[in-house]
Amino acid sequence: MKKENANRVLKISILRFDPNNPKDFPHMQTFEVLEAEGMTLFIALNDIREHQDNSLMFDFVCRAGICGSCSMLVNGRPTLACRTLTSKLERHITLAPLPLFQLIGDLSINTGKWMRGLNGRLETWIHDKEAEFSFDKLEQKMEPELANEIYELDRCIECGCCVAGCGTIQMRPNFVGAVGLNKIARYHLDPRDKREDKDYYELVGDEEGVFGCMTLLGCEDVCPKNLPLQSKIAYLRRMMIKTSMKD
Amino acid sequence: MKREKIDKIPARLDLIQSSTGLILALFIMGHILFEASILISHEMMYKVTIMFEGYYFFGETYPGIVSFLAAAVFSIFILHAGIAMRKFPASYKQYRTIKDHALSMKHEDSSLWIIQVVTGFVMFFTGSVHLYIMMTQASNIGPYASSSRVVEELMGPLYLVLLVSVVLHAFIGLYRLALKWGFMEGKSTKVSRKRFKYLMKIMIVFYLALGTLSLAKYTYIGLSHDFSDGLRYQSPDIKMETH
Repeated sequence: MKKENANRVLKISILRFDPNNPKDFPHMQTFEVLEAEGMTLFIALNDIREHQDNSLMFDFVCRAGICGSCSMLVNGRPTLACRTLTSKLERHITLAPLPLFQLIGDLSINTGKWMRGLNGRLETWIHDKEAEFSFDKLEQKMEPELANEIYELDRCIECGCCVAGCGTIQMRPNFVGAVGLNKIARYHLDPRDKREDKDYYELVGDEEGVFGCMTLLGCEDVCPKNLPLQSKIAYLRRMMIKTSMKD
Repeated sequence: MKREKIDKIPARLDLIQSSTGLILALFIMGHILFEASILISHEMMYKVTIMFEGYYFFGETYPGIVSFLAAAVFSIFILHAGIAMRKFPASYKQYRTIKDHALSMKHEDSSLWIIQVVTGFVMFFTGSVHLYIMMTQASNIGPYASSSRVVEELMGPLYLVLLVSVVLHAFIGLYRLALKWGFMEGKSTKVSRKRFKYLMKIMIVFYLALGTLSLAKYTYIGLSHDFSDGLRYQSPDIKMETH
């Protein structure tokens, strides 16, 4: 890409739609923004809202790639707007909300509702029938390597990029997606979770689970946290096949 | 829904889809190589043919062996098609969704999948015709008989379509299989995936070139050879009563 001097005038086209306004239809609106050094899309969008159109809807909280609120389609690819430098993009930028999630308006979507449903469906919490929870009891020790491995998968911020990047889930919305499979892989690693392989098979051992994955790897390619999704889904697939061969 | 025993069918289907695909892809790699023996000489192709007919094991040729192999491949082919068909877009809406998704995201691996769906669909027909003919006319394989099939019986165009479809489908499929099951994943999937993709592209180019050249040679023989003496090739070295 050509390294141009600063002060480009960016043309930012945004897919706008307010689902709560019965008279509104989805349409593109283009704004011009003077590029500043080190500008991210977070800064550009705030510039637009502040100086050009205060009705523009979009989400940001941490602006540091941790909260997962600002995921959107940037030139058709799901990513976090706060971590996207405008200098890495062409002058004309297209923004759209992530598909599949409930649209709040313009670029703002409700990922939380979808993720809540997913977590409920996959029961993404520690299952331990026997343990009576007690504040007095010392926690079981864990090897640092294992703790790190679990932490690696726990870095998921539920931004929804892997869902928007997955062709399978776009076609078949009941598919759990990489975010769900990653969570199953995470709890499967955790020795505190007493669920057996068979229990995990119940959750994702079907065509809406790991066997629905067609390895298009959109998830792996767009995950802003670089989670090892390809590797973990392959691991789950092998594990589920093994489970199905037992007894 | 909780049940006493887990439903093993989804796991089996997935495993059968992958393993039948692997078998077919390996088969096709051999197939295209063997048929390219025509590029070396008529004699070489003849020797390969009678090898598969069992000449070097029994001293005689049995085209029935080839018929049987074709029937076995056909069965695996049908099984694979039937199971893999589950993944096809089931409606126009689904088709549009995946197509728009792959194009707007400019995502290569998603686009490769669409190529697999299209080539798979094409092979329902082209592959079946080819396999059925091999099953029923296994004795008509050879430097002249095959050339006659390509030219006189107008199988050339069908073979060309089938060649392109099968090569794309097989190597994209092998690439996907490796990633799907974590084969030779190594420390970094980014590195191993890049290598597999590179290998896939090389294999596609190599096999397309080899297949097209062979087909061109069969076409050339078919156009230039005088078939008035029949379709049999007479080897200067190997004499056979029946062949």
